[in-house]
Amino acid sequence: MSENYVPSSKFGKWFNDRLPLLTLSKHLTDYPTPKNLNYWWTFGGILTFCLISQIITGIVLGMHYVAHADMAFNSIEHIMRDVNYGWLIRYIHSNGASMFFLAVYIHIFRSLFYGSYRSPREIIWILGMLIYLLMMATAFMGYVLPWGQMSFWGATVITNLFSAIPLVGESIVTWLWGGYSVDNPTLTRFFSLHYLFPFLILGLVVLHIWALHVPGNNNPIGIDIKKPSKDTVPFHPYITIKDLFALLIFMIIFSGFIFFAPNILGHSDNYIEANPLVTPKHIVPEWYLLPFYAILRAVPDKLGGVILMLGSIFILMALPWLDSSKVRSTVFRPLYKKFFWLLVIDVLALGYVGAMPAEGLYLLIARVGTIYYFAHFLIVLPVLSRIEKTEPVPLSITEPVLGGILKPEMARSDKKDV
Amino acid sequence: MCKINVRFIVLLFIFFSINLNQANSEEKTKLLEVNWTFEGITGKFDRSSLQRGYQVYTEVCASCHSMNLVSYRNLGEPGGPEFSVEQVKAIAANFEVSDGPNEDGDMFTRPGRPSDRFVSPYPNIQAATAANGGAYPPDMSVLVKSRKGGADYIYSVLMGYEEPPANIKLDDGVYYNKYMEGQKIKMSNPLSDGIVSYSDGTQATEAQMAKDVTTFLTWAAEPTLEQRHKMGVKVLIFLIIFTILVYLSMKRLWSRIDPEK
Repeated sequence: MSENYVPSSKFGKWFNDRLPLLTLSKHLTDYPTPKNLNYWWTFGGILTFCLISQIITGIVLGMHYVAHADMAFNSIEHIMRDVNYGWLIRYIHSNGASMFFLAVYIHIFRSLFYGSYRSPREIIWILGMLIYLLMMATAFMGYVLPWGQMSFWGATVITNLFSAIPLVGESIVTWLWGGYSVDNPTLTRFFSLHYLFPFLILGLVVLHIWALHVPGNNNPIGIDIKKPSKDTVPFHPYITIKDLFALLIFMIIFSGFIFFAPNILGHSDNYIEANPLVTPKHIVPEWYLLPFYAILRAVPDKLGGVILMLGSIFILMALPWLDSSKVRSTVFRPLYKKFFWLLVIDVLALGYVGAMPAEGLYLLIARVGTIYYFAHFLIVLPVLSRIEKTEPVPLSITEPVLGGILKPEMARSDKKDV
Repeated sequence: MCKINVRFIVLLFIFFSINLNQANSEEKTKLLEVNWTFEGITGKFDRSSLQRGYQVYTEVCASCHSMNLVSYRNLGEPGGPEFSVEQVKAIAANFEVSDGPNEDGDMFTRPGRPSDRFVSPYPNIQAATAANGGAYPPDMSVLVKSRKGGADYIYSVLMGYEEPPANIKLDDGVYYNKYMEGQKIKMSNPLSDGIVSYSDGTQATEAQMAKDVTTFLTWAAEPTLEQRHKMGVKVLIFLIIFTILVYLSMKRLWSRIDPEK
């Protein structure tokens, strides 16, 4: 194992004794990974790529962008027209945000399906949720920077949510804005924070991966495995090449957006410069925030809406303790499987009505959707995990179901050998 | 089980998107659709249409609409109307640009240079608004990208002037246009047959001019469209070949591990 690794060269040994970077890289390449990981597991690597690509393109954009209410809009157009390949860098960055969220949603739902949030991986899950929260804040502030109509009015709507806080709400909003409306001070601080947050995310990602490397990867059948064993493969080259293949497929789709439909995920109103005197007819956030927007608007009370919206994210952090099923993977939970897909549909439907005006049937769907969302985590999951009759779980990956009916507790007894 | 569910989600989405389209069509008249040459993954601008479109813009639109983000030099750049260097210089020189201050501290005017931005018809937004009955003629630099429906929408509005139905009463200076929101527009029909005379012999019909100027406006909003499409095709070809190679290596590598995975 990598802990006993001794570099072959003399210099390597000298260096490694002082800073064990070579031990770390040996650990990363040898890292025993379950060999039955499917393609849903490749999104971790894809997300790392997304983060790095956003940081690199963002740094370049920051060299040309002017964070000033009078100049921001035109500086974006300057990037699009006059900076060499500025259009490419900007389209990678703006579409990259969407691709980042697409990947993170798949990553989260994969975790939900295969029970990757369950013991002993609670910290990985919570770190992931913190990353997700920071991502939403970063994306929201990034969307404000072009200073188009949707930037301005989106910022106004979202920052105004804080005014729902009793007593101090209004003061908090003024403090956030740095004035009495969204204006230049708001823009400059959003730019500053938009530059900072990705590095915080990067730090959390390091912790996320570190925490992952303690228990190792979960796997599609959700059992604990001996590591290293017949059930595992070294991370490099087996997983790296598989991740690369998946990343390339992802990049093909990504390129499709960048080169052939770069504005399809954005709102056309954002090509109109911000105008505090003209409110757009429908103010909608970017697609990846729509489910939460739907929850917010489903509640007739402003404070209630804000609480439910935030609750919908924070409830996820409690997930490891809401689910007490003895079986991790939903593959062996026939009843829960149905509810899982219901949740997926529910979130998609919430996203859909989030883009529609909050009235009539849309409002009704949003309310039903919101109720189910919370019921799923607070009622369905805890109750099902107690009463559901699960299917037999195999003892190891190499000895699939043929091994007969085995209790998952038996499978878990491998744990001590790690 | 999973497959059925995925199919179900897809069905649900189709259902929703059909609903969405219906909801939209109730609100708005369906836009006129044109087979633009710049659509599709290998789409390019029609060079002569761009040049004619520029003529329509300067002779008709530019009397009210500014285009602040475009410079005369852009007219000669690849992927655009591609006027020759001399033509661009001559075009720019047609305009009076205010410059300064000079050594005596005075502002002065001089003939335009290719590096100048398009000269605006009005000194500021307020002046433009006041001169147009309280409706600001929007800057046309990114107009196509800032409207839902893009080029089709602009073309439709240009072609959408009609006599108002009997039940609609219009104020002075307001016109009926079936593609505008609320069917009311403060711009009178800007195009009529023969309002410009094309030097290349193309008939200057209303539809032809609308098409040309829309093409020009699309280029103005997205001057790198051709470069983007060309690079996109190359990137896709590269990625697909690379993906296949990686896929084959992956299969080979994983064949060392027992087939069940």
